[in-house]
Amino acid sequence: MRVALFLTCVNDTLYPDTGRAVVRLLSRLGVDVDFPAGQTCCGQAHYNTGYRHEAEPLALRYAEVFAGYDAIVTPSGSCGAMVRELYPRMGERARAEGRGDTLARSLAPVVPKTYELTEFLVDVLGVTDVGAYYPHKVTYHPTCHGLRGLGLGGRPYQLLQAVKGLDLVELPGAEECCGFGGTFAVKNSDVSAAMGSDKVRSAESTGAEVLCAADNSCLMHIGGTMSRLKVGMRPVHIAEILASTEKEPLL
Amino acid sequence: MPAFPKAAHDAVNNPTLRGNLRHATHTIRDKRAAAVAELDDWAQLREAGKQIKDHTLRHLDRYLVQLEESVTAAGGTVHWAADADEANRIVADLVKATGETEVVKVKSMATQEIGLNEALEAEGIAAYETDLAELIVQLGKDRPSHILVPAIHRNRGEIRDIFAREMSEWGRAAPVGLTDNPADLADAARLHLRDKFLRAKVGVSGANFMVAETGTLVVVESEGNGRMCLTLPETLISVVGIEKVVPTWRDLEVFLQTLPRSSTAERMNPYTSMWTGTSEDDGPSDFHLVLLDNGRTDTLADEVGRQALRCIRCSACLNVCPVYERAGGHAYGSVYPGPIGAILSPQLRGTQSEVDASLPYASSLCGACYDVCPVAIDIPEVLVHLRERIAQGGPVTREGNKAVLKPAKGHAAERAAMRAARWAFGRPGALRAGQRLASRTRKLHPRTLPGPGKAWSATRDLPPVPAEPFRDWWQRTDGGKKSDGDKKTDGVRKTDGVTKDGK
Repeated sequence: MRVALFLTCVNDTLYPDTGRAVVRLLSRLGVDVDFPAGQTCCGQAHYNTGYRHEAEPLALRYAEVFAGYDAIVTPSGSCGAMVRELYPRMGERARAEGRGDTLARSLAPVVPKTYELTEFLVDVLGVTDVGAYYPHKVTYHPTCHGLRGLGLGGRPYQLLQAVKGLDLVELPGAEECCGFGGTFAVKNSDVSAAMGSDKVRSAESTGAEVLCAADNSCLMHIGGTMSRLKVGMRPVHIAEILASTEKEPLL
Repeated sequence: MPAFPKAAHDAVNNPTLRGNLRHATHTIRDKRAAAVAELDDWAQLREAGKQIKDHTLRHLDRYLVQLEESVTAAGGTVHWAADADEANRIVADLVKATGETEVVKVKSMATQEIGLNEALEAEGIAAYETDLAELIVQLGKDRPSHILVPAIHRNRGEIRDIFAREMSEWGRAAPVGLTDNPADLADAARLHLRDKFLRAKVGVSGANFMVAETGTLVVVESEGNGRMCLTLPETLISVVGIEKVVPTWRDLEVFLQTLPRSSTAERMNPYTSMWTGTSEDDGPSDFHLVLLDNGRTDTLADEVGRQALRCIRCSACLNVCPVYERAGGHAYGSVYPGPIGAILSPQLRGTQSEVDASLPYASSLCGACYDVCPVAIDIPEVLVHLRERIAQGGPVTREGNKAVLKPAKGHAAERAAMRAARWAFGRPGALRAGQRLASRTRKLHPRTLPGPGKAWSATRDLPPVPAEPFRDWWQRTDGGKKSDGDKKTDGVRKTDGVTKDGK
C-alpha cells in the first residue's frame, strides 16, 4: 500500500513534532509513509473566507501531488474535511459555472482516498491499540470539522482508551466549538476569545493535565488561551500521544 | 446598525447577559436534543421537510396562485406586496377602511421585518403586541433578540419594572405591588391583554404555514393569546412571507412534528390555530391575506442561498450556536438573529449595509446549526457562499434584475493576503523559503502582532516557531530513517509555567 502523508501547511510550519509523530507511529505499525514534497496547503482558509477561486489551484495541486497513492493520511480534521467534503463541492460549482470538468475530474480519485489519521488507523489499518504509552490524565476535544464534517465519532476515544497509562476524562460540553474558526478568530476576536476561554475553563474543570485533539489549528487557539490565562494544562495533538511508547515516551 | 463584531463586543463583555443567554440556550438545547431523540424516524422527517419545502419553492408560482384561488373561494381577499412599503400601505389602508385606530397582533416576524408597527403609528393606528414576550419587548421600547423567546435578554426583575412602569401608558395598568414572581407577571399580562382582546375590532397576524389546496393558514403558538387575536376581532389581516406556503394539508403533518420538538422541545404544540377564509358564525367576518415578497424571489434566484427559504423559524440553530450564545440576538441587527439570520438577512436586504456585510462572517463554521436544522439548511455552506459574494463580488438578483456586485469595500488587504498566500502555496520552494526565514528569525518574533493580527495576540499567546519546518527535517533525515542529530524542534508546546512532561 502506497501511503502519503498530507501534513498541512500549519503543521509543516508550526507543528513539525506532529508530523514526526505521525511518521513514527505509522512506521511502528508497518506503514511506510511518503511525504511528497510538492504538497503545500489545502486552501481551506481561502475557501472559508470567501476566496473559492483562490482555493481552486491549491485543490488542483493537491490532486496532482497525491495522485497514485492508495491512501493519503492527514493529522487534521479540518483539512481532511476540506478535502472530503468541500473539494467535491468546488468541482461541482466550477462545472455549474461553465468552467468545465477539469477540477471535478482531477479531484475524483484523491478525495475518497483521503483519511484523517484516526480514521486511517481504525478503518484502514483496523487497529485501535497502537501500542502507545502515555501516563497522563487526558481530556479530548473533538474539533468541529472532525466531529461534524468527517464524522470521526468514537474513533479517537477508542484509540486513546487503548493507550497504556492514559487516564481519559470526559470534557464537559465537548462538542461545542472552541472558537477558532480560521479567520473568524481575527474577524470576530471578541466572540472567538470568549468561546476559547469557556473551552479552557471547562477543560480545566476536568483536572486533566493534557487537552488532546486531532487538529493543531484548534489547539493553537486553545493552547494560546491556556498560556495567556496561565492554566496549568497543555495542548497535545493526538498523534503525539499515539506515537509515545514506553521506550520512547513523549516528553 | 453597527457591524456584527462591534455590536457583539458589548454583549461579550456583559456578564449578566452572557449568563442569561448561556442558561437559556443550554436549557432549550438539552431539552430539544431529548425531544428529538424520542423519534426514531427523525432523519426521515428532516429529509421529508426538506423535500416538501424544496418542491414547493421550485413551483412557488404555481402554489401561490393556487393559494390565492383557495383563499378567495373561502371568502378571503388576497393582496400581493412586493416590498415592505407596499405591504405596510396595504395593511394601513385596510385598517383605515374599518374606521379603527387600534389593532391587536399575534407574533409575526414578517410584520417586524417590514416595520409595520412604526408604519401604522405614522398613520395614527396603535398596534398592540399580544404574545407575552413581544409585549415585554414592546412595553420596554426594545427589540426582540430571539425567534422563539424574543425577550430572552430580559430577566424577571427587569420585566416587573417594565410592566409596573409602562402598562398604564398602553391600557390597563399593572396591579399595585407587582412582584417578579412569574405567575404574578403572567397574571398582570393576562389582565392587560384581556382588556385589549375584548375591545379590538381588527387583528393582525403572521402565519407559520399556508396550505395551497385549501387556503388554510396555520399559527403555531404556546399561550393561546394568538388564538384570541385570530378569533375575536371582526377583521383579520395576515401578513405572510410567500415562502410559507405548502402544497397540501397532509404536508403539515411533517412540520407539526418537527417544529415543536425543534423549538420548544414539546412533543405537540399547545395551540395550533387554523383558519380558512371566513365563516358566518365563527371568527372574523372579513379576512385579508397580504403575501409578502420583500427580497424572497431574489433569494430564490440564488442556487446556493435559496435553501434559507426552507426555514420554519424554529430557532434551534440559535440555541445551539456558540456565537449567538455570546453575542446575543441584537448584535445581528435584524429581526432574524442567530445563524439563520446571518444568512437570511443579507439575502433579503442585500449586502450593502455594514451590518449585512458583516453577518456572513459571524460564525466559526462549526456546523452545529446545520446538525440541528429540521429542514437541513446547510447554513455553513450559505455563509461561505455569501462571504464569497462580499469578498469577491459576483452575480446577484435584486428586485428581479440580474446584477453583478463589486467586491465590498474593506477587503482589499485581505484579498491581497489571500492572493499572496495562494501564490506561495502554489510554489513549494517559496513556501519553504518563507518557513526557513521564520525559523531563523524565531528569536526575534514579537509576542504581539501588528495590524489585524493584534486581534489574535490581545487574548492568546502565539505558538513559537520551531527551529526547522517539517519538510526540512524530512529531507535532512530521509524521512526519519537517518539519525535526527542534535537538532530539535523543541518548545512548540511549552506554555508558561508548565513543563513538557507535565510533572
